[in-house]
Parts: sequence; C-alpha cells; structure tokens
Amino acid sequence: MAPRGADGPPLPGQPAGRAMSTLARWFHRRGWRDLIIATPYAWLILLFLIPFLIVVAMSLATRTPTAPPFGYGGENPVLNFRGYARLFTDTLYIRAFVTSLMNASIATIFCLLLGYPMALGLTRVSKSWRNILLMLVILPFWTSFLLRVYAWMGLMGRNSWFNRMLTDSWNWLVPSDWAITSVPMMNSNFAVILVTVYTYLPFMILPLYASLERLDPQLDEAAMDLGSRPWRVFLDVTLPQSLPGIIAGGMLVFIPAAGELVIPVLVGNPSSPMIGRIISDEFAQARDWPMASTVAVALLVLMVGPTMIYSRYQQKAEGAGSGEEKP
Amino acid sequence: MSGEAEPFIRIENVAKSFGSFQAVKDVNLTVARGEIFSLLGGSGCGKTTLLRMLAGFEDPTAGRIFIDGQDMSGIPPWERPVHMMFQSYAIFPHMSVEKNIAYGLKHERISAADRAARVAEMLDLVQLTPFAKRKPHQISGGQRQRVALARALARQPKLLLLDEPLAALDKKLREHTQFELMSIQARTGVTFIVVTHDQEEAMTLSDRIAVMDRGEVRQVGTPTEIYEYPASRFVAGFIGAISTFPARVIRLTGDLAEVDIPAMDGTFAARATPGLTEGQEITVALRPEKVAIAKTCPDAVNVVEGQVKDLAYFGKDSLYRVTLPGGDLIAVHAVNARRGPDTARPADWDDKVWLSFEPASAIILTD
Ligand SMILES: Nc1ncnc2c1ncn2[C@@H]1O[C@H](COP(=O)(O)OP(=O)(O)O)[C@@H](O)[C@H]1O
Ligand SMILES: [Mg+2]
Repeated sequence: MAPRGADGPPLPGQPAGRAMSTLARWFHRRGWRDLIIATPYAWLILLFLIPFLIVVAMSLATRTPTAPPFGYGGENPVLNFRGYARLFTDTLYIRAFVTSLMNASIATIFCLLLGYPMALGLTRVSKSWRNILLMLVILPFWTSFLLRVYAWMGLMGRNSWFNRMLTDSWNWLVPSDWAITSVPMMNSNFAVILVTVYTYLPFMILPLYASLERLDPQLDEAAMDLGSRPWRVFLDVTLPQSLPGIIAGGMLVFIPAAGELVIPVLVGNPSSPMIGRIISDEFAQARDWPMASTVAVALLVLMVGPTMIYSRYQQKAEGAGSGEEKP
Repeated sequence: MSGEAEPFIRIENVAKSFGSFQAVKDVNLTVARGEIFSLLGGSGCGKTTLLRMLAGFEDPTAGRIFIDGQDMSGIPPWERPVHMMFQSYAIFPHMSVEKNIAYGLKHERISAADRAARVAEMLDLVQLTPFAKRKPHQISGGQRQRVALARALARQPKLLLLDEPLAALDKKLREHTQFELMSIQARTGVTFIVVTHDQEEAMTLSDRIAVMDRGEVRQVGTPTEIYEYPASRFVAGFIGAISTFPARVIRLTGDLAEVDIPAMDGTFAARATPGLTEGQEITVALRPEKVAIAKTCPDAVNVVEGQVKDLAYFGKDSLYRVTLPGGDLIAVHAVNARRGPDTARPADWDDKVWLSFEPASAIILTD
C-alpha cells in the first residue's frame, strides 16, 4: 500500500477513511436504489397515512365546546363510536352517500361515453392536428374553475339565452298544453352531473388517449384480415386493450366527483346535499369535527373499494398468464 | 396442366401512389395455385404495398387484382379469401396463443367442437400445443412467428400472404423455419406469396421469384432462371455475387458471339442472346464459381491472365480477387477439393494465374 500526500483525500487504510469509504460503498451499492424506492413510501406516509390516522382519531373523539372542538374521555367513553352509529341511523348521511354515488356514477358513465370517441379520434388524426386537439382538451384548465362553474350557472339560469333556446324548442316540438316557461336546470342533480361531466372530462380523455395511443394499428388490420368488420374489431381488439385506460379514467373522475363540494354547493339541489357538502357543513357550521371526520372516513372507505377491485383486476390480468404457465 | 387455365392470382397493371410518390408502378403478375411465390427486392421497393393491396388494406390507384377469377376491387379485407402474416406478426397481446389462433374461426359457422378440433390441429401443425394457454409475451420470437402462421392458416385461406416472415428471427432459427414453412405449405397446399429482401431466402423457399426495384417488377422466374439467366444488370447484381464488364459485340457466329472485353484485354466467346447485333455495346457478367483459376495455362476457349490481389480461405472453398490486365478486379470462387497445406492451393497472394470460363457461362446483358 503506497501512502499518498498528506493533503490528499483520506486514504483507504486510515480508520476515518475506512469508515467513510464503507459508508460510501454501501451508499453506492444500495443507497440510491433504496432512496428512490423509499421516496413514494415517504410521500404516502407523510401526506396520506398520517393525516388519515389523525382524521380517524378525530372521528372517535367527542365533540366539546373547547378549541379545538373535540376531546377524549370525560363523561363519554374514551373512544366514541357515536358518529359511526349515526352514520347508519341518520338518513341524512345515507341519502347524501346515495346521492353522491349516483351523481358520480352517472357523471363517470357520461364522461366515458363522451371521452372514448374523443380519445379514439385523437389517435386517428395526423400528428399536427393531434397536438392542437390535445391542447384544446386541457385548455379549460387555464381559466379559473370557479369562473367556469359560474358560466354554467349563467347558462342554466331561467333567463339565459341558453335556457330560452331550450324552452322555445321544447314548446315548438310538443303540444301547447305541455308548454313550459323555462327549463328547470339549476339546483338539481342534473346540473351537478352536467357540470361534473364538463369539469372532469379531460381526466377521462387523457388516460384513455394514453392507453389507446399505445395500441398497434396493425392489430386492427390483423383482425379485419381474419374476417372481422370494423365494429367487431373495436369490440375484440380496441376495447379490451383499453380497459386499463377506462379504469384509470373512471377512477380519476369517479373519486373526486363523489367527494365534490364546489359543484353541488353552487348548482346542486340544496335539499338533497352530497357528501362533500355534509363534511363541510359539519366542520364549519355545526363545528362537529368528530362527525365530519366520521363521514370523511366513511367516504374514503367507500372509495378504497373500487381501488382495491382495480388493483385486484390488474394483478389478475398480469398473473393470469404466468399462473397457467406449465413447463 | 393446360397453359391456358386461368391463373389463381392475376395482377393486372396495378399501380399505387401515395400523393405524388409512386410506390408500385404498373405491375403485372400471375401466380398459380399452390405455388410459393416470392416478391424480392430491397427495402422500400414496394413489396409490402403490393401485398397490402392483395389483402385489401390499400386500394390500387390503377389496375385490377383477380383472386381465383374474382375481381377484388371494392372488396373489403374481411371478405377476401386471403390471410396475411404481418411483418410485426400483429398477434393480439391480450389473448392466449389458443385464442389468437381461434380468432378467425369466430366468423365461421362451425360447432364449438369443430372449432376446438381445428385449433388443436393448428397448434399441432406449428408444434405449439404445450403453449396453448400462454400469453404472447410469455413465448419466444420464433414461437410468436408460428402463432401468426397458425392464426393465418386456421381459416384455410386460399392465399396466404407472408410479409418478411423470417426477418425477425436469428440466423439459425431462420434456416430451420424456412424448411418448416415449405413443409407446412406442402401439407396444406395453400398458395403462398412471400415478401423478402433476403435473396437466399427467396431462392430456398420459392417456386418462382419476382425481383422488384423501385416499384417495378424487373424479372419473374424460377430461382435457377433468375440466377443463371438474369435479364438485366440490376437482377444479376441483386442475386448472388457477380463481376460485370463493359464489352462490345465483334461478330456473331451461330449461337456464339465474339465479344471484345477491354478489361480483359482481348476478345472472348460467349453464348449469344436473341436480338444481339454486331457492334452493340453490352455488359458481360461472370459468376465467381463459373470461372476456373490455375497456375498453368489451361486448354480452354476463353483464357485470361491475371494476378491474385486478395484471397479469403473459408475451408471448403476460397474466394480470390484477381487483377485483370486492364486493372479491374474479378471475383473467382474455387472449391478446395484437394486436401493439403497452404502451398497446395491453386494460387497464392500475388501469384500470376490463368482464369478460364466456358462461353455458356458468360452472361450477356443488354439492359
Ligand atoms: N401509407 C403510406 N404513405 C406514404 N408512403 C408510403 C405509405 N406506405 C408506403 N409508403 C412508401 O412506399 C414505399 C414502398 O414501401 P413498402 O411497400 O413498405 O416497401 P417494402 O416493403 O418493399 O420495404 C416506401 O418508400 C414507403 O415510404
Ligand atoms: Mg416491407
């Protein structure tokens, strides 16, 4: 071992140098990989799991007139399940859940029906058109979301040109004793679904486009070559291969749509609130943080269901072939 | 077999343009039933485009295609009695091997039992029975190629189009699969049109070959015809190795032509081709294996002196490059029929040698 100059880097033979180099070697061998793998977990734990546990803890507390307005123990049990009991007994919550899931499901289905042809169209146009159209799909995000909802409120209102146009065409089409003075669009589930579809459509189109764009057009030709007409080709080749895109888009629309607060508050029916409204009201108006947390936990559990089904489906899709693999 | 019988496939003055670019120009071809017919040509010469017109994915800009006497104009791909094996194989990635093969049978009105039997038969034909349940990503490239073949054959097409069927396979597998393809064709009797850019593959597989260049068919013939009697310098150069020399016809006597080859500094006898005139400027082409090399002057009609510039020893044979009196090089192929050390070779580096060739071996090209 040839010793090096005193002002050089620590030599491998010296104790400090040896410790350093062992550490450096460990880091180079495993460190980067571990760090990269750990990042998403750290993210999930810090920004999802810990806040969620806090919410769960809050949902089991008791409402108090203190600040913050909840506490544990006192004359109540330390862990108070009153909120969860109310969830199943008070029809307000049950109806809110049903309304949310219904509205979100219908909006998701319409997003899919509208978004699928659009995404498919995007894959069939020339490259330059594709970029322009993709821009148009995400262009609405460049204006304020609230502004766009207000625009819809204006359109749906009783005295808007839009409403009058629909009213006039209805009156022109049907006998006169069916005539109406305006179309009651505002403050209804219809309005919620309409604005939700409008708002979330890009979240359906983009994952669909991503999965459709990857498909090999030659597969379509192969199916045609083997005797399938274009519609059959779509059902046999395009649709099954775009299933991951459908599921991803569906979840991206369904999950936020079910918990949506702004849209139902602004255009929805006040007498049948959606779940986001309930959570907000419990927190802000009733100052019942435990109950608000309980509803939030219930919503999350409801949303985790579809996610689990999705990952189960994905595992099955991946495992199907290898499971049957026989030597 | 009567020569007047309607050919199975007739391609009549077919042309295809993409915008102003002519990918296929005025092609006329006929293919007989049960034939293995190759379209051979370099990349981009329009082979795939011609095949896609047969399959119905492209409409000819001009001309007509008849399959089994039926005009194919306006008939969509799903109604043609033709199946195609794509260059990329185009196997459905979301279906098992078995489902891929069964796909075309969906449209046939046959019972489920018949369908299963047919799939089993196809799996057996391409020796994939143990892999029936696998997904395409779980099998090798060679196996995928066989899935594509089985899928295309399952519906018993009258005509199978194969676009570079072996190009994606490695050399050893390719050679093996060539013979497999031929044996499958013989067993099924289906007419094959094979696209390839590999001349050896075309020679091995085909009953007849059409050599294509920039959208045109330059020559159609059996492998022997194409190799031994090329019609143009392009075909001669495309198939196998060849040395070409500009020459001029001096005199025509019977079926022999006396030609002046400046590169060889002399006049030589060559088998005349029809339509040759005295004084005509021509090209004389010689295949390396048709030229004999010796260290002593042989007793032959056409002899030329030269000096060995290069030699490559391959064991069973050697390739020499010999400098001719005019300075040009000629390739000569000699079989190493006698066993011995280096000194036993017909010639060595820088040796002065005599080359000779038969009049019939000299190919006269006017195009
Ligand atoms: N759809 C198309 N649009 C424009 N040009 C095309 C199209 N298909 C093929 N070509 C052109 O036609 C020529 C012949 O192509 P192709 O038939 O695929 O050649 P090969 O199969 O012999 O390699 C190529 O120059 C190619 O660029
Ligand atoms: Mg090609």
